[in-house]
Amino acid sequence: MQIEKFSYDNKIVRLFLIATITWGIIGMLVGLFIACELIWPTLNITSWLSFGRLRPLHTNAVIFAFVGNGIFSGIYYSLQRLLKARMYSDKLSQINFWGWQLIILSAVLTLPFGYTTGKEYAELEWPIDIAIALMWVVFGWNMFATILKRRVKHMYVAIWFYIATFVTVAVLHIVNSFEFPVSFFKSYSWYAGVQDALVQWWYGHNAVAFFLTTPYLGLMYYFVPKAANRPVYSYRLSIIHFWALIFIYIWAGPHHLLYSSLPDWAQTLGVVFSIMLIFPSWGGMLNGLLTLRGVWDKVRDDAVLKFMVVALTCYGMATFEGPMLSLKNVNAISHFTDWTIAHVHVGGLGWNGMFTFGMAYFLVPRLWRTKLFSKKLANVHFWIATIGIILWVIPMYWAGFMQGMMWKEFNPDGTLANDFNETVNYLRPYFILRALGGFLFIVGALVMAYNLIKTAKQGDFLKEEAAEAPALVNSTSSKPGEHWHTWIERRPVKFLVLALFAVLIGGLVELVPTMLVSSNVTKIETVEPYTPLELEGGDIYIREGCYNCHSQWVRPLRDEVQRYGEYSKGGEFIYDHPFQWGSKRTGPDLHRSGRGNSINNPSSWHYKHLLDPRFYNQESVMPAYFWLTDELDISQTKKKITVMRSLGVPYPEGYEDQAIDDLKAQAHEIYQEIIENDADIKKANPNMEIIALIAYLQRLGSDINKGKEDEKEKEIENPNMLNIEPVDTIDQTDSLINLH
Amino acid sequence: MLSYVKGHLNSIDGIEIYPIISFIIFFSFFIGLSIYVFTMKKSKVEEMKNIPLEDENLEK
Repeated sequence: MQIEKFSYDNKIVRLFLIATITWGIIGMLVGLFIACELIWPTLNITSWLSFGRLRPLHTNAVIFAFVGNGIFSGIYYSLQRLLKARMYSDKLSQINFWGWQLIILSAVLTLPFGYTTGKEYAELEWPIDIAIALMWVVFGWNMFATILKRRVKHMYVAIWFYIATFVTVAVLHIVNSFEFPVSFFKSYSWYAGVQDALVQWWYGHNAVAFFLTTPYLGLMYYFVPKAANRPVYSYRLSIIHFWALIFIYIWAGPHHLLYSSLPDWAQTLGVVFSIMLIFPSWGGMLNGLLTLRGVWDKVRDDAVLKFMVVALTCYGMATFEGPMLSLKNVNAISHFTDWTIAHVHVGGLGWNGMFTFGMAYFLVPRLWRTKLFSKKLANVHFWIATIGIILWVIPMYWAGFMQGMMWKEFNPDGTLANDFNETVNYLRPYFILRALGGFLFIVGALVMAYNLIKTAKQGDFLKEEAAEAPALVNSTSSKPGEHWHTWIERRPVKFLVLALFAVLIGGLVELVPTMLVSSNVTKIETVEPYTPLELEGGDIYIREGCYNCHSQWVRPLRDEVQRYGEYSKGGEFIYDHPFQWGSKRTGPDLHRSGRGNSINNPSSWHYKHLLDPRFYNQESVMPAYFWLTDELDISQTKKKITVMRSLGVPYPEGYEDQAIDDLKAQAHEIYQEIIENDADIKKANPNMEIIALIAYLQRLGSDINKGKEDEKEKEIENPNMLNIEPVDTIDQTDSLINLH
Repeated sequence: MLSYVKGHLNSIDGIEIYPIISFIIFFSFFIGLSIYVFTMKKSKVEEMKNIPLEDENLEK
């Protein structure tokens, strides 16, 4: 058999590794800064440093820049070696690298300036979305072409995970990014309300699954055996692990929407599949940890293994906790609190962070042909990072649990025991501990950067790593009596199709009915499209990232109905492109902040509160939005109306020509209301952005109040007319009547 | 075209059967997979397991 000589491309691995560590530290620093903003809100010194705009930058930087580059470093290193083949094209590798960095740079240059789609973890605007799709194709093309010219007959399990990652992320990104451009920097989601929420959380959950989990599991299947220098514990388990994980994961998204107006059957599916997920997740974790059986003594000395063991342990904890959080009774307490944030950070800091660090400690000495500069510093990093994680998550678990319980506490007379602000004050010490934990984690990362730079300096970088292997002859012909799985392990394209089939089934069965079967979202007659001014106000709400701290989703739970008003109905959101339900309540829910609801405040209150939230409440952690006194840009209003109409919002034909007049008239009304209400407000004028935002806030959740008076009369005639949908926890009929 | 498709899909009869069908597909898939996995030849398993450990390069 002919032995072929070739070389592995190490330069691309080096580039991605440097990017991983650099962006990682930047992304974490942004995280630390926003954590401090929650302690000292005065840090929101200017619009582009405000919490609502920086939080998406933090999440995007950590997910797509830190972990994203980490995925590419690991794949570009392991793929070549597992296939005994150089990457198909150096040019494509370079395009992949520089293109990805440009995307990250464009995120840094757009998100803080308010260019956002307003959908969590998918905030980047449409031109960047297209660039991401293109770069992903470049990556997939390069990877697939390499697989096709491989010199190893069978694809090792790590590669299955890479393939599933590629194909699923492509599907998720494309489906969730359907948006209609208004201008180069502004677009509206194709979907609205409940549908948008379902697509978004199908995407959001699976971004965790197929961006933060499957590629890293693939890397785990390569790097843990390499670092321990022994094969994976069970190859059989890895086959079951792979198929079970990719099939089940794709269904679990709706667990982010429990007690929402998403149809019940979809919520239940999400819960059931989330519970089932424990099995493949723990199968994978145990497979990784048990690989170390017999060599646990190595863990004591080897920094790489230490980081990987903590990473796998955190993966196990996070994937046990996730299913627990998806149980409705736990979710009723945990959702909207810092509990979720703690959960994510066990995954982010523990699983992705620690694994990436382990991988970096593995790669740098090998790429630079030397020994690690200082084992001692690596150990220091390990302990600082581990303590950092503990300090980060434990206070947040406590804070989240306590806040969830405090929201639900009632006095004996049936009134709520705690004002929302009191629960925010309670969190302050825990926020300080969290910031300290984050700070330690970053110090650890800096220690690592120093250690790795020193290692590189003392070594000699090997650009082209020589290798040789026999050429692969006729790899696709099947042998008699061969099993289909063995057969498919040699057929990357068919493998991809099968993996795609597995993930599409779950996606389609959940998405298609909610999208199309109209009875799943009940229409409410009084719900009408936003006025032009409210539409502009809604866009400011999105621009400032209000959804990062405020939900618009009152759950049908006793405390929420009492605190905020009537629970949210699916039919109320049919004109919300995109939906703004949020996922966290750092501040109170806003869905019933509109006119006619029990928590409604006058426009003058909003005016003062937005400009200085601490005017009414000393302890508020909300940024002061002083820049909202800028003049409202109405140059796009007409276009926005037209775009909304093409998305199915029933503005009458030609309404765009009247839109500006209507906008000005409504702005004047609100302005009059403000100055008549509060003589102190002297600087207001009807052209300010803040007026539009107030118009939007005054509209939220108010349409169901239209014609309420007539209905009440009818109710008295016929008590059955009340027609409240049944809710799980309590019969709220009484409280609803009392509130309105 | 899209509205034509949508119009028909708006009222899919018996959509409840879809999750059941997909459940059956995957349940049988996993049964098959488990049978395969537990009847795999030991030599084959060893060969696959060792792929990552065989990639040592030439320049030590």
